[in-house]
Order: sequence, then structure tokens, then C-alpha cells
Amino acid sequence: MNESFLFGKLTLDAIPFHEPIIMGAVGGMVLAGLAVVGALTYFKAWKLLWDEWLTSVDHKKIGIMYIILALVMLLRGFADALMMRSQQAIASAGAAGYLPPEHFDQVFTAHGVIMIFFMAMPFVIGLMNIVMPLQIGARDVAFPYLNSLSFWLTAAGAMLVNISLAIGEFAHAGWLAYPPLSELPFSPGVGVDYYIWALQISGIGTLLTGVNFITTILKMRAPGMKLMHMPIFTWTTLCANMLIVAAFPILTVTLAMLGLDRYFGMHFFTHDGGGNPMMYVNLIWAWGHPEVYILVIPCFGIYSEVVATFSGKSLFGYKSMVYATMCITVLSFIVWLHHFFTMGSGAKVNAFFGITTMIISIPTGVKIFNWLFTMYRGRVRLEVPVLWTIGFIITFAIGGMTGVLMAVPPADFVLHNSLFLIAHFHNAIIGGVVFGVMAGFSYWFPKATGFKLDPFLGKVSFWSWFIGFYIAFMPIYALGLMGMTRRLAHVDNPVWHAYLIVAAVGAVIIGVGIAATVLQVVLSIVRRDKLKDTTGDPWNGRTLEWATSSPPAFYNFANVPVVKGIDAFWTMKQEGKAPKLEPSYAKIHMPKNTGTGFIIGILSIGLGFALTWHIWWMAAGAFLAMVGMTIWHSFDEHRDWFVPSETVARTEALHFGVKAPEVVQ
Amino acid sequence: MTAIVKDREFAHADHSDAGKTPLGFWIYLMSDCVLFASIFAGFVVLRDNLNGGPAGRELFDLSFVAVETGLLLVSSLTYGMAMIAANAGNLRTVFVWLALTFLCGFGFVSMEVHEFGKLIAEGAGPDRSGFLSGFFTLVGTHGLHVTSGLVWMGVMFVQLALRGLTAVNRTRLLLLSLFWHFLDIVWIGVFSIVYLMGAA
Repeated sequence: MNESFLFGKLTLDAIPFHEPIIMGAVGGMVLAGLAVVGALTYFKAWKLLWDEWLTSVDHKKIGIMYIILALVMLLRGFADALMMRSQQAIASAGAAGYLPPEHFDQVFTAHGVIMIFFMAMPFVIGLMNIVMPLQIGARDVAFPYLNSLSFWLTAAGAMLVNISLAIGEFAHAGWLAYPPLSELPFSPGVGVDYYIWALQISGIGTLLTGVNFITTILKMRAPGMKLMHMPIFTWTTLCANMLIVAAFPILTVTLAMLGLDRYFGMHFFTHDGGGNPMMYVNLIWAWGHPEVYILVIPCFGIYSEVVATFSGKSLFGYKSMVYATMCITVLSFIVWLHHFFTMGSGAKVNAFFGITTMIISIPTGVKIFNWLFTMYRGRVRLEVPVLWTIGFIITFAIGGMTGVLMAVPPADFVLHNSLFLIAHFHNAIIGGVVFGVMAGFSYWFPKATGFKLDPFLGKVSFWSWFIGFYIAFMPIYALGLMGMTRRLAHVDNPVWHAYLIVAAVGAVIIGVGIAATVLQVVLSIVRRDKLKDTTGDPWNGRTLEWATSSPPAFYNFANVPVVKGIDAFWTMKQEGKAPKLEPSYAKIHMPKNTGTGFIIGILSIGLGFALTWHIWWMAAGAFLAMVGMTIWHSFDEHRDWFVPSETVARTEALHFGVKAPEVVQ
Repeated sequence: MTAIVKDREFAHADHSDAGKTPLGFWIYLMSDCVLFASIFAGFVVLRDNLNGGPAGRELFDLSFVAVETGLLLVSSLTYGMAMIAANAGNLRTVFVWLALTFLCGFGFVSMEVHEFGKLIAEGAGPDRSGFLSGFFTLVGTHGLHVTSGLVWMGVMFVQLALRGLTAVNRTRLLLLSLFWHFLDIVWIGVFSIVYLMGAA
């Protein structure tokens, strides 16, 4: 391909004008963007946006931005899912369907990439951001600026994926981009390059989050809080971030090697020249399997908090829960080969990985029983987070069983790459991660915003997801057993047709659930006065995040709480020592906002785009600017300030004033 | 005794350094360690995939690499001396030792660039074989790390000159020292596994 100096490989042909579906989606995104810009200008909110959000180093605001990103990307990933389900439903009775194969391939690749990297990950990390520092009684994370940078790098990766829709193409090699298909001879377009740079940039952001959160948990717990006093969600956050630090560098290396093959003609994973494609598969799953647990372990933490709070009991088997989490953390590193038993590593190797995989179900089973025994003889309030939790316990148990089934190597030889696998991991990820983040979303929403979510629409959302999931994926299990393989744009088997139609109906029902969530958020914002949480403790909570106002003041706690055991806030309430308005407060040391993270994030979009299109001058410029920004930032040593005690006193009076207005005077 | 303790006692529980930065940096270094481990693994898998090209024993000049190694090891020693001087509060001596460290590091990177150039000129570039892809990537990644360490050291010079041995600068000197020694340890792995075992 001819490359110009100024634009690299980029020409006007890169914009797919002839694809009505893509242009429609792009038009929608552009219109939505213009609407946001218009609204910001109309309400004169640009300065507010910059001062309060884009430059914010407040972990709660960064968490909210992560979750907004996740919800937006959920809509895009789900649109891809609907396209796949409808294409297969139409194109299984001899018809060609409406998606040409090369487009269908991009759709399933984008669906996987978006849902894992830009929906599930930001959602989980967003919840960690909002909740974990509050749970340990800290005023912020260990490295607030780094936290802002992490978010903006993640957002930059998501932007690159969205840009690929409008300019050029996205990868069509599957969500893990196996070589040799993802190598230059078989994927000469820019799709895989978009994929590589989107994941590299957001991956660095995730790694920095890992460093940040481990340090926060180890160094910034409230006085008296020993490790074995930490709330389970904090424990699971710690474990997930340890996995991030240990696993994400492997992803970085793997994608870098693929990039070196594509950009410099190296031979890591090529068929010729002494490369080894199976090394890619090993490396990517050495990251990929821990990644599954990075997503689901924090969700286990969410369920634990929800179950204990809404049963009005301390969690059953706190210590066993901690040890089970640790076991899963370690085991998750020695099971990766079960993703490719058919590679032919030999019976002994397969047996080892089959057995380690089955062993993971033991600590997971411990957790399930802990949740059940917590509810047993508790006064369970069937609020929305509890519905998600019960839905999870049922669904995840089924997904776990089909997982153990496939952990048997001979069975896997039959089921490998079939729709049975697809149904299994959606069973585990929807039942485990999506239900978990939705439980956490409805549980902590009042803490983050100051008002509850409308419960009726929450129930609509839950039941749509729950029923829709079974209608969508049970037929897919069956299709897998009948021999239908994954990623087919078109099949010609009339027997499968009915199952695929049922699956498509299930997807539509899930769509109702997603629409209910969007509507729920909008409606709850409109009715926020009615749904207001004035106490800071709307669910009668047990852990420290409920010991402060909703939303918490930017400094979280006017006085740092002292902890004596698990369920710290519950104990305070029992002893009548919950925080109350004090006659005076000390000044508080807090970090200052900075725009550096945002600017580096924007520059990284330029870097990724330039590298994708071989626009070398722009790549060099963006890279140097990023390094320059980092150095410039290192010269700014006045990164913090003291909140005056009067400000603290005023803020606290406002919070307690609602309950005791006379104190304000 | 109330459940709330006045903040004054924990005034620095939030945003003072309190060892957070060194711990965070250690965790980052461990992630870097996993990064190098993955590249080492890739190299070892591909080391015999010569694709008809040259093997390590035909390419490596052990005495050349020994000098490189010597430079890097000496630079670790001089950095250690810089840290001693910093702890003694002697800024001028810190500059001298840091400058020596920089020179050794720069010499190391220059020799590596020279070696790479020579290999590519001989037709043994990274696109020649799986072995050479692994070699250039592993050694090059280490070299890039050393280069970024040199850039950091350059910034450190300016910050020390502007602000002296402040608490912030002492912490940064410590972090750079951790980084620098870490790269030394990685290089010992590279020297043993790539060069010594490759040349045998």
C-alpha cells in the first residue's frame, strides 16, 4: 500500500460511506456528541466540566466517569450482540442475512473486545474507585493523579475502538486476535492495529490502577483496621489488583510481539521464519484466564456485601471467604491451558490443567455456601441488589457446572469452539460479572449520587436480564451439543433455525433490561428529590462507606474513623458511636486537581491513531508530547492543599443539618 | 473513648508520603519483572528457531558484551555511591556520582546500539528468524528501559540543581536507584541466558 508522509495509510476511502449500517451508527454517535457539546454550551457547563470532572482526582468522581464509560460501551457492545443474534436468526434458513461475512467478523470481534475491556473492566474498576477508599476509611487513593491518568488512558482506548467504526475498520480476528489470522498477510488492514493500540493504551491504565489500589489498601487503611478487618469487597479488590499487576504485563508483551511482527516483520507468531503461533495462544491465555478472575472476584465481593447487609447479619464464614478468594487468585494462574486442550500438549499436561481447573470449583463452592448460610435465618430484604445476587447464585452455579464439564479434556475435545463454550462463558460472565456490577450499581448508587435508583424499573431490569439470559443462552447450549461452532455468519441447517430464533428473542428481552436500566437512571435523576438519601446509610449498612454522607464530601471523612473489627460501621451503630456533628474540626490535607491525566489521555488517542495509520510524524509528536507532559508534571510539587477547618465544619453541618437543623445555628 | 479520633493524630494518614511511593514503585517494578519474564519466556521458546539464519555463537562477541556488562555493573556501584552522598546531604558529590552513572549507562546504550547496527548490517536483523526477533526484543526492551532511566536521570539533574536534596527529590533518587539496580539484575539474566548460553 502506498503511504504518504502526511497521512500515512489514511485516505478518504477509509470512511465506509457505502455501508449504511456503519454510517447510521457513526451518524448516531456524531449526533449524540453534538447534542452533548450543544448542551454543555447552552448550560455554560464547559468550565464546570473541566474543573469538576475532567481534571478531578477525586476517586468518587473518577469512579462515576468509569461507570458512565462502561454504560455507554455496554450500549455499543449490546448493539453488536443484537446484530449477531439477528443475523444468525435470519441467515440460518438459507437466507444470506444482512451482514456480509467481513462485517460479521468485525461485529463479533468488537462485541468481545468492548464487553470485556471497555464495559466489564471500567464497570468493575469504577465500583472499586467509588467504594474501596470509603470502605477502608481513607480520604483518597494512594496516587490520585495516577488514578486520573488511568481513567483517561482507559477512555482513550475506548475512543480508539469507536473511531475505528468511522475511519477504517476494526479487527475481524476474534476478541483475542489469534495469529496467524491476525498477522499482516492475513489481516493487511488497520483493524488489528486499532485493536493492538486500543488495548495497549487502556492496558497501561489498568496496570497503573493495580499499582495504585494495592498501595492504597496496604498503606491507607483507617487506624485499627487490620487486614482481617477489611470488608470483603476490599479484600476482593486487593486480590483482583494483585492479578492485574501480575497478569497485565503479559498482555502488554503479547500484543507488543504481535505488533512487532506486523510493523517490523519479526517472527514471533508467524508460520514461517521460525515463529510459533501457539506461543501467542499460551501467552494470551496466561493473561486471559487471570483476567476472567480480575472481573469476577470483585463481583464476589459485591455479592458478599449485599448478602450481609440485606440479611441483617454478619457474613457467614468471613475468614473462609478471604481464604477462598486467595485460593482462587493463586489458582487462576495455573489453569490457562484449559482454553486450548486441543492444541495437543499431551495427555499428562492436559490432565494437570483439567484437574487444576476442577479444583477452582472448590473455593467457589465455599463462597456459594457462605452466601447461602448468610441468608439462612436472616431477615432478607428483597431489594434490587438482592435479586441480582440470588439470580447470580442460581445462574453462576449452572455456569460453573458446565465449566467443570468442559474442564474434562476428552469432553472438551468434543465441545471446543462450539456454541456450548459460548453459552458457558456467557453464563459465567453475565451471571457472574454483569449481575454483580448491576447489584453493585444499585447498591452503591445512592452513596455515589445521594439518591436511590427507582426500585420498580430496577426489578424490571433484573427480571428481563434473568429471563432473557436463559431464553438466549439455553438454546445456544443445545446448539453447541448439536455441533454448531462459534462465529458462523451463515448456516444452512433448518433444525438449528428455531433455536437461533429463540436465542434472538432472548437477546431482545435482555435489551428490555438494558433499556429499563437507562430509563431507571434518567427517571431517578428526574425524581431525585423523592429518592433522596439524607442519612448516608440508606440500606442499614455494615461497612464504613455508609458512615459518611451521600454523596460523601470530597474529603470522605471529616474525622478518620477508628476500626476494631469487621463490620466497623455496624459496631459503631450498635455502640451508639456513629459519627455525629462535632463542635470543631481539624483542617484536612487533600490533593489538588490536575489536567495532566486528561491531556495525556487525549495525546494517547493521537498516538494510537497515528501508529494505526503509520502517520509517523504524528506518532513521534504525540509520544514526545506525552513524555514532555509527564516531565512537566514532575516539576509541579504543589499538588496538595489544606481544607480549612471552617469549610469542613460547614460541610458537616449541612450533612447533619438535615436531621438536626438546630445544630446549624 | 469515642470511636472517632481527632484527625490531628492521623494528619498524615492521607497525603503525606508515609512510604506509599516506594511501595507503589516496588509493585510497579514487580509488574516490570513479569514483563521481562514474559519476554524471556518468548525468547527461550524461539531460541532454536534459526530459520536457516545465524545462531548466537556465530553472532555474539562475548568480550564486547563483557565490557557492556561491566559498564552497567559499575554504574550500579556509582549510583550506590550517589545514594550514600545523598544520605550524607552532600549535593555536589551526588552530582559527581550521578554523572558517572549517566556516562556508564550512556556507554552501555551506545554499545548496544552499535551491536544492533552491526547485526543488522550483517543481515542478522530482527526479521531474519524467530531467534533474532526474540533476541532484539529482549535486549532492546532492556535497552529502552535503560534509556528511559537516562532520561529520568537527566530530569533528576535539573530538579536537584533547582531544588537541592528536598524530601521529594530524595524519594525520587531512591526510586530511580531501585529502577537502576532492577535493570542491572535483569541484565544479569540477559547476559547469562542470551549471551553465555547462546555463545556456548
